[in-house]
Amino acid sequence: MIRGIVRFVDRRSGSAPFLRKTLRYLFPDHWSFLLGEVALYSFIVLVATGVYLTLFYENSTAKVVYHGPYAPLQGEEMTQAYRSVLDISTTVKAGLLIRQTHHWAADIFIAAIVLHLLRIFFTGAYRKPRELTYWIGLTILMVSLLEGFLGYSIVDDLLSGMGLAIAYGVAMSLPFVGANVSALIWDGPFPGKHDFYSRMYIAHVFLLPALIAVLLTVHLALVAMKHHTQFRSGPRQSERKVVGVPTFPGQTPRSLGLLFAVAGVLFLLGGLVQINPIWLWGPYHTYLSTNGAQPDWYLGWLIGGLRLVPGFDLVIGDYTLVPNPFWGGAAFPLVVFLFLYLWPWIERKLTGDYGYHNLLDRPRESPLRTAVGWALLTWVFLVFVAGSSDRAYVLFNVPYIPQIWAYRVLAFVAPPVSGLIAFWVCRELQAGERVERRRKRAEEEAEAAEAAV
Amino acid sequence: MGRAKDALISGIVLLLRRRKPRPLGPGERERVVPPAPDNPGWELTAVLLLLAGAACAIAFVVVYVLDRLPAHTQLLGLSLGLSLLFIAAALIVTAHRLIVTEELEDDYPVLEHPEEQELIVQVVEDSGLTRRRLLKLALLTAGGALTAAVLTPIASLGPAVDLVRFYATPWRRGTRLVDEHGKPYKASDIEEDNFYTAFAEGSDKEALPSSLVLVRLPKGSLKLPRELAHYAAEGIVAYSKICTHAGCAISLYRAPLFQPDEPTPALVCPCHYSTFNPADGGTVTFGPAGRKLPMLPLLVAPNGELRAGGNFDQPVGPSWWGVRERKPRT
Amino acid sequence: MKRAFLITALAVLCFPLAAAADPVQQGYHLYGRYCISCHAAGGKGSAGRPVGAGRLRTQGQDTGIGPSLIGVGALAADFYLRTGYMPLPHVGMQPRRRHVFLTEGEIKALTAYVASLGPGPALPRPRPERGTLTHGYHLFTERCAGCHQVVAEGGYVTGALPPPLENATPTQVAEAVRIGPYVMPTFSKKDISDRELDSIVRYVEYAKHPDDRGGWAIGHIGPIPEGFVTWFIGMTALVAVCVVIGKRLQRG
Repeated sequence: MIRGIVRFVDRRSGSAPFLRKTLRYLFPDHWSFLLGEVALYSFIVLVATGVYLTLFYENSTAKVVYHGPYAPLQGEEMTQAYRSVLDISTTVKAGLLIRQTHHWAADIFIAAIVLHLLRIFFTGAYRKPRELTYWIGLTILMVSLLEGFLGYSIVDDLLSGMGLAIAYGVAMSLPFVGANVSALIWDGPFPGKHDFYSRMYIAHVFLLPALIAVLLTVHLALVAMKHHTQFRSGPRQSERKVVGVPTFPGQTPRSLGLLFAVAGVLFLLGGLVQINPIWLWGPYHTYLSTNGAQPDWYLGWLIGGLRLVPGFDLVIGDYTLVPNPFWGGAAFPLVVFLFLYLWPWIERKLTGDYGYHNLLDRPRESPLRTAVGWALLTWVFLVFVAGSSDRAYVLFNVPYIPQIWAYRVLAFVAPPVSGLIAFWVCRELQAGERVERRRKRAEEEAEAAEAAV
Repeated sequence: MGRAKDALISGIVLLLRRRKPRPLGPGERERVVPPAPDNPGWELTAVLLLLAGAACAIAFVVVYVLDRLPAHTQLLGLSLGLSLLFIAAALIVTAHRLIVTEELEDDYPVLEHPEEQELIVQVVEDSGLTRRRLLKLALLTAGGALTAAVLTPIASLGPAVDLVRFYATPWRRGTRLVDEHGKPYKASDIEEDNFYTAFAEGSDKEALPSSLVLVRLPKGSLKLPRELAHYAAEGIVAYSKICTHAGCAISLYRAPLFQPDEPTPALVCPCHYSTFNPADGGTVTFGPAGRKLPMLPLLVAPNGELRAGGNFDQPVGPSWWGVRERKPRT
Repeated sequence: MKRAFLITALAVLCFPLAAAADPVQQGYHLYGRYCISCHAAGGKGSAGRPVGAGRLRTQGQDTGIGPSLIGVGALAADFYLRTGYMPLPHVGMQPRRRHVFLTEGEIKALTAYVASLGPGPALPRPRPERGTLTHGYHLFTERCAGCHQVVAEGGYVTGALPPPLENATPTQVAEAVRIGPYVMPTFSKKDISDRELDSIVRYVEYAKHPDDRGGWAIGHIGPIPEGFVTWFIGMTALVAVCVVIGKRLQRG
């Protein structure tokens, strides 16, 4: 039967040579190489659950009065959009499961990308010839951050509505053109008109997923064309020879197993752990707000940035050159991403290494890269944690204002210090290994000498 | 679940049994893939895991139909999630125990093709198009102009050129202050130690300039600057409810019970804790806001109603390039 | 001298009896023990320098740093004593819920005494069943959520910590709304009627165990615990699966 299918396809497409190559394409084997796949499979779950949700979500800002099973909002005025998500959560069978799975999948999708990025960075996988793959990956990350933000903002609940207002504040803070850009996006001042919600919706369900899908395809094609990088885990791996498991039969059940595991974990979370209970938040109004409002985790670094910057607008005469939110909300992420984009070039300049690399470094083998990456991570992480210092006060009784001051200092003192420590640790680990190798060689020589006697 | 644990342990200890190559029998061809290890025990495990997965999937359908069950979402998630995880475990058992995991070698592709690169360059150069400078220039001009033309309709997305709407407010002298149900506020409604949300009568409540926060400050505690001194009415002051940092609603009022021991009155935003002093015109006393809170002048009508005495002293909402350039207009 | 001594001794011995009979009297003595150092004699209050609390201090000393209690009524006393807000350990700190070491009788006595200092509001009797959940949600979101968070999980305002309300009884909620303790605004009956207060109390009761149809509620504050679950449960599990499936780097 297999023969029949293969013959059918080859006769009509001539693709048997390509299929055979694909079937025996080699996957170097290390657990950290699977992180990208975790992201990919989360994306598949996102698309599947997302399509289901579009069959129920109503993208309308028309006001309705709620009459439904959730008692506290009975008789409350809300948009159709919010109402439709309420219905998905309370009335549609399995609706809440799909909705929560979708939201967990988004959180985990971006977490997996970040872990994958860390692996790529700290092993030097972005070096020639893979810079393009790396840049595309970074772009996918940026687009995913926006995609996730739009996804939970189209619900029009109190928490995400506040987030939209802040996004508006950051957009307005772009020097010179802030208000022009905001006027374009929102069709006027916030909260904008119905157009804005249509734009968010179509961006979230079509434009951005299509963009991510295209970028992902190019990303994977580039990986496949150049073959995956590998660690030098044995004598067979080299810059010329890749050692790995073929697609079939070896890799297929593993990758499929990972797909089912990812989907399984996501659905378990979607059913068992509550996420974004929008019925508790209530619908959004520009004149309402709640304490303890936070963006989803992957934007937490931005709220940290926005809270840490001291209160000043950069003003020249009557012109507000740089309103305050720009620094923490726009400049900070732009600097981080710009640095990541430029890093392959910076590293080449700093180390003088312009060669091809198919072999990966262990982090300790490149102290400079590890130190720089660790310092950047420290910076971003500290700002990220600073963003939840008010809840830290509520839970652990550490006063808020001293925390803010501590983070302001730490955010600039800790990264270089921790980078230096990372550098030193790499050096020490390498030295330790050198000693270990010499010791083993000496032992072997001694044994050989004894055996000869 | 014990079997899943077995599969897990088996996965951690990767043991591949090596088989001695045996001579080919009659009618057999040379193998491409080495023979799979013979593991009837593990095969049974995989089968059982798959059956467990099937059972959970069926349970999902049953739970779906029985929608009156308590914790319905949890049962749905549990059944579907476990089904997927059982199948995942079966696949991992298959990968580690039932199929051979080959470690093969291949070449990394050669990525440099200097002759092909040269040929491409030659083809382009031979065509002669690169030498026609005038043509190139004209093409670039046409391309540039067309790109600009095609991008122009983006401007229809919103009033990006004329930002007059960013200064517009629904307030003018005499506009009534109403609550969210449209009922006008009287000055006597506003008590000390409390804060009230008001809107411009007849306006869209969601519009940022429409919402106000009103507080009455004790006599003698008002310290308004000269240009704002007439903005208060009977000790009542009105500020925009929209924070000048990033646009959240200012829904916190710090109203000390016993002044000597406690922080002073303040309007605070819950997003990044920008703190504004209502007694001196809304200056920022803490937090990242870079601009004071816009203040609305108040007057008390003969019938006791609170009315606007004019427009805000500054535009409302988050700052932008021109926020200090012009005054708000009705 | 001997007679004076005998009379004093009798009087001292009779005090407990007298106090037991009259809660205001008992309250008077308790007041001298726990409250006078900040709120001064007769509840006059003062903004002077604080003197350390002493045991069985007699009234007549006029120092402390605390507001006047004249006219605050049984409502305020009941609130501050039952929550443990008072006695305040340090002057100037925010009153917080603490272990209440006063007995029921002592609380009643102190409340009676404070009420006797001047005419003031009596204990409120909120009836949550008379309120509506929707109206309560609406009022709470508009007036209270900015500080206390939309389902009363507590929050921060510059310089103070509005507490979560999971331990607040309906009476305490009603009392706090009317008093406006520390930096909380004071909502009079003119602003929030008793009926509206019933709805708010009803909503606060609901917020203690809100609708958690989505599963494990992880704190009802949204993305922060969600982020923890993403990384420490979700990614941990998935990385573990990756480690099971893939190889580890061998040593050497």
